[in-house]
Amino acid sequence: MSGNFLPPVQLTASGRPVLQRNEIECFYLSSVDLISEDEPTTIPFPNLKSGLLILTSHRLLWISDSSSSEITGAFAVPLAAISHIFSHKKSIKSMFASPRIRFQLSLTPDGRVSGHGLRSVVATIVLRGKGDCDAFLTKFWENWRARAWEDDGPAPGSSSGSGFSSNSGSAPASSGIYSSDGTVRMVGVAGILRKEQEMWESTDKSLQDAFQDLNALMSKAKEMVMLAEKMRQKLLSGSTSQTNASNDEEMGTKEEMQDWLLSVGIISPVTKESAGAMYHQQLSRQLADFVKVPLERAGGIVNLIDIYCLFNRARGTELISPDDLLQACSLWEKFDVPVVLRKFDSGVMVIQNKSHSDEEVFTKIKVLVMKPDTLRAGISASDAARTLGVAPAMAKEHLLSAESKGLLCRDISADGFRFYINLFTEIDRDDLHLVKDHGIYATWVRANHAPQ
Amino acid sequence: MQKLGEFKLPHFFNYPPYFTLQPVRDTREKQVQLWKDLILDYCRTQKVFVIGLEEEFPLFSNPIIGRSLTHEAREAFLSALVADGRAEWMDKGHRKCLILWHRIQEWAEILVQFARDNGLEDGVVTMEEIRFGTESQGTELQGIDQTILNRALKILEQKGKLVVFKGTSTDDEGVKFSL
Repeated sequence: MSGNFLPPVQLTASGRPVLQRNEIECFYLSSVDLISEDEPTTIPFPNLKSGLLILTSHRLLWISDSSSSEITGAFAVPLAAISHIFSHKKSIKSMFASPRIRFQLSLTPDGRVSGHGLRSVVATIVLRGKGDCDAFLTKFWENWRARAWEDDGPAPGSSSGSGFSSNSGSAPASSGIYSSDGTVRMVGVAGILRKEQEMWESTDKSLQDAFQDLNALMSKAKEMVMLAEKMRQKLLSGSTSQTNASNDEEMGTKEEMQDWLLSVGIISPVTKESAGAMYHQQLSRQLADFVKVPLERAGGIVNLIDIYCLFNRARGTELISPDDLLQACSLWEKFDVPVVLRKFDSGVMVIQNKSHSDEEVFTKIKVLVMKPDTLRAGISASDAARTLGVAPAMAKEHLLSAESKGLLCRDISADGFRFYINLFTEIDRDDLHLVKDHGIYATWVRANHAPQ
Repeated sequence: MQKLGEFKLPHFFNYPPYFTLQPVRDTREKQVQLWKDLILDYCRTQKVFVIGLEEEFPLFSNPIIGRSLTHEAREAFLSALVADGRAEWMDKGHRKCLILWHRIQEWAEILVQFARDNGLEDGVVTMEEIRFGTESQGTELQGIDQTILNRALKILEQKGKLVVFKGTSTDDEGVKFSL
C-alpha cells in the first residue's frame, strides 16, 4: 500500500541508500517518525515510525531501523514534491512534546507523490531522538529552496510518479562510492584519479560559465557607456543651443542629469556654463566651513596647496582632486562666504578672509621697514613672517605686493633676498647730493651713519 | 661723505637696493636715471672715456656695503646711456663702452672754441698738442680720447672748418683750421 505512495529507496547490502547523480547527503536524524496528521481515511499516507531520516540535496530519505518491526524498507520524499514547509512554532505544548516539522506534499489524483499534483497532504516529521531540530529545519529550507534537482536536467521519472527503483541504463554513475546499480565503484588510485578528472572538468565548466557572465557584463557596460555618452552629448548641445535658460524646469532636469552623471563617475561637461553641479556646490560650502580654523591659525592667509592637503586629510576617504578644489573655490563668488581665492602676481594661489585688507598689511610693513635695524639691514621674508604672524611664503607674497606698489625695493646679494623702504622716490634727480631735512631719506641717512 | 678718489659719492650709493636691478617699472626708471647721472658725473670729473664691462670699474662696486652690480645690470645702465646718445658701444659684444659726457657735436664746438681762444683760426696744430699741449691744460680737451677727437674732427672737416692731415706717423697727425 505504501509502496505506491512514497517512492522507495534502494539500499545497498549494508543498508546505505543509493543516491542519485549529484545527490549529496546533508543531515541525519535518528528515531524519526514520518506520518501524516491529516485524516487517514482520505489519504493513505504511510505511518513510518522510528527510522533514520536523511536529508539530501534532492530528497528526504526515511530508512527504517532494523529493530522496528512494523514497516521495513526505505522511502523517499522528493523535495520537488514539497509545496510548502511550515515554520516551527514554539509553544508551551511543544516544549514537552517531541519537536515536529510539518510540510505540505502535492499529490496526483491517484495518490502518487508528484511535483505537479493538484491534491495535497500535510506530512509531519516527529523527532523523537536527539537531534538539533532548528539546524535541521534550516538545512531543510535551504535544500528545498536550492532546487538542486533542477540542475540535473531531465531526471528519471520524477514527474510521472514512477518509482526510482530502476534507473535507466543511460543514467550516468552517481557520485560517491556506490554506482547507480548498487555496486561499489572503484576506489583507490583509479577512483582518486577519476575524482580529480571530474573536478577539473567541473572547474573548467564553471570558469567558462563565469567568462560567459563576464562577456555579458562587458557588453552591458559598453551599452551603459554609450548611453552615458549620448546623454552627455545631449546636455552639451542643449546648453549651447539655448543660451537663455528661461525655462526653469529644463534647467532643473538638466541639473538632475548632471548630478546623476557625476554620481556614476562621469564629469559633467556643462559645469562652467550652468550654475554648477550640486556636488561642487556642496563641496564649496563644506570647504568654506573647513577653511575657517586653518585660516585663523595661519593669520588670515593660507597657501592653496596647504588647504588641499589639510582638507583631504580631514576627509579621509573620497579625496578630492586639485581640479575639484579649484572649482569649489571659484564657486565662492556666488555664495556669501567670508573667504576668497586670490592669485598673486607670482602665480601663488592663496585663500584669505574677505575681511583681510592689503592696506593694513602694507601699513604694518611700512612700520617694520622704518625701524632703525631694518633701515640698516632691510628685512627678509622670515623676518616679516614673524611680525605679520603668517607663514614665510605668505609673508614673501605680501612683500612682493608691497614692492609692486612702490613701497619697497629689493636687494639681492649673498646675504639673501631682502627688502628695504623705497628711497628712490625721495632722491632729487637734479641734485644727487641733496637730502631734505625731514623725510624718509633723512631718517635713513641718520640710521646708516649712527654708530653701531 | 664717501669718496671715490676725488669724486664725492652721494648718500644713496650706500643704499643696497641701488645695486640690484629693480623689477618694478617706476622704481626701475628712477634707478636707471640715477645711475646714468652718476656715471656721467664720474666720467666727466675723472676724465674716464671708456668703460670696460668686465673690468673693475670702481663705480660699479661698493665694498662698504658689500654690493656690486651684476653684468646684466651694468649692461642695462650703459645701454640706457647709449639710447640717450651719451655713450656708444665700441664692439658688438658690448664689452667696451665709449662714454660721451659731451656729445660729439659738443666736442666739435669745444674744438672750435679752443682754436679761437688760441688764435688758431688759420693755424696748424698736432693731435698731440691738442690732447696734451700746454694750451689745452686746464681745459676739457686735456687728455681727450683719441677716438672722440677723431670723430669731432671729422665732423668739422665735413663742414670745411678744418683739414686733417697725416704725418709720417700718428704722432705727426695734425689739423689745419680754417674757421
